[in-house]
Amino acid sequence: MSTEVKAPEGVKLPIYMDNHATTPLDPRVLEAMLPYFGAKFGNAASRNHSFGWEAEEAVEQAREQIAKLIGATAKEIIFTSGATESNNLAIKGVAEMYREKGNHIITCATEHKAVLDTCKRLEKYGYRVTYLPPGKDGLIDLDDLKRAMDDKTILVTIMAANNEIGVLQPIEQIGALCKERGVLFHTDAVQAVGKVPIDVNKINASLLSLSGHKIYGPKGVGALYVRRKNPRVQLTALIDGGGHERGMRSGTLNVPGIVGLGKACEIAMNDMAEESKRLTALRDRLKNKILAELDEIQVNGNMEHHLPGNLNMSFLYVEGESLLMGIHEIAVSSGSACTSATLEPSYVLKALGLGDDVAHSSIRFGIGRFNTEAEIDYVANKMVDVVKKLRELSPLYEMVREGIDLSKIEWQAEGH
Amino acid sequence: MAYSDKVLDHYTHPRNVGTLDKSSTDVGTGLVGAPECGDVMRLQIKVNPATQVIEDAKFKTFGCGSAIASSSLATEWIKGKKVAEALAIRNTDIVKELALPPVKIHCSVLAEDAIRAAIGDWKKKHGAEAPVENTAEVKA
Repeated sequence: MSTEVKAPEGVKLPIYMDNHATTPLDPRVLEAMLPYFGAKFGNAASRNHSFGWEAEEAVEQAREQIAKLIGATAKEIIFTSGATESNNLAIKGVAEMYREKGNHIITCATEHKAVLDTCKRLEKYGYRVTYLPPGKDGLIDLDDLKRAMDDKTILVTIMAANNEIGVLQPIEQIGALCKERGVLFHTDAVQAVGKVPIDVNKINASLLSLSGHKIYGPKGVGALYVRRKNPRVQLTALIDGGGHERGMRSGTLNVPGIVGLGKACEIAMNDMAEESKRLTALRDRLKNKILAELDEIQVNGNMEHHLPGNLNMSFLYVEGESLLMGIHEIAVSSGSACTSATLEPSYVLKALGLGDDVAHSSIRFGIGRFNTEAEIDYVANKMVDVVKKLRELSPLYEMVREGIDLSKIEWQAEGH
Repeated sequence: MAYSDKVLDHYTHPRNVGTLDKSSTDVGTGLVGAPECGDVMRLQIKVNPATQVIEDAKFKTFGCGSAIASSSLATEWIKGKKVAEALAIRNTDIVKELALPPVKIHCSVLAEDAIRAAIGDWKKKHGAEAPVENTAEVKA
């Protein structure tokens, strides 16, 4: 079932279309990093020789490049090992520093696990956490947020863009609300930075997490923006040691990684406007081609407030793992975790109110900088081909065609 | 996950896909599994009333590649067999033939259930004692 659609000239298989998981390194980023794996090996904290100065200069240039992309100042950028650490540092660091002020944190049920599991740990230490449920379109309701705030609320942490369904949360309004109430606002902006314009002052962010490898930079490096004025945000460090990064994150700096992250931000800054137009066009092309050929498709997440390169679709009455099997030469993600021992489908899709059966049938396409129109056409044709064939095999699709209401059937699962 | 060549072969070229007339007295239909579990199999048999031989078998499956392969294989095996012989097929035979990993054993169980459910439905139509407990039925 996987041989019908031939790869056209110029399309090389396998096709990588999972750019929310990670992105390939931009060759320009690699080029910028290479000297720092070689002759420029100095420790940025060495203050008394040229090797150290050279490394420090590169790090400070990267700090500028990152700050510029998000409308911050260089001194507000703290380097970390990646966004998981940035999220941990932001949330745990605020929780400990502002413990006397309050113990309540507000987040959303569809956040990344790096935020959710950090909040869960804090609950064990006596903090209260409110997990706002998103609407069917994946967006949080600002009135829910208002209602959740009380005089013990110290932090609101809501992601800028969702990694599965690509929706852009109303961070500008969330930031304004937090400012009005005197509550700190952290946003996990891993998927949004470099893809859509983000200005920390416009959104009133107190803290913002970003990562290198989601923006065509290297893995193992990220940053946390920490506001220095209006108001100044203080953090308790997670990692103690030599007092690097203004005491907020000790440890010798990953100079090549930081140089790469800086270069990736600079490229994103220059290319964002054009790239987002191109990716939106590719995304819509993929969506429209699939919708033109197939019925019983559900597009997940609000499409108006959406990342350019994201498309999350449920192919009803087709099971996710068999779908992935048919498109094995295309790297995408499935809402089905069918191969795992737990058989649990995506918690993000379930939070939108999707049934397990619909979540199992979902595919996340992550279109990125290096995807071409020819690849999009190949993927669209392949999806249509495989879904049609699997639906010929699907008793559910046949029953729905006959007008049978599947919810009226007494299903009997195998005895396990 | 790596699939065995036999699973891939059944997935790529499924045997006996289709639908038989479920209202015919010679046809038995088994529908097992549940959409929220990610597996639904429908297996149908057409039995020669004189010889008790399963002359035709068809399936449709919503499920992973192993579930598709298990039901495809089941139809292949029961075609041409007498009803009593078909009932002797065990899920472990399917596991062995398709080299299913432990996490996919439930697919073979479902295929065995589907064979039994189809035969049960057919027997019911002929007034015989029928083990119908595995058959899902449309309410009202």
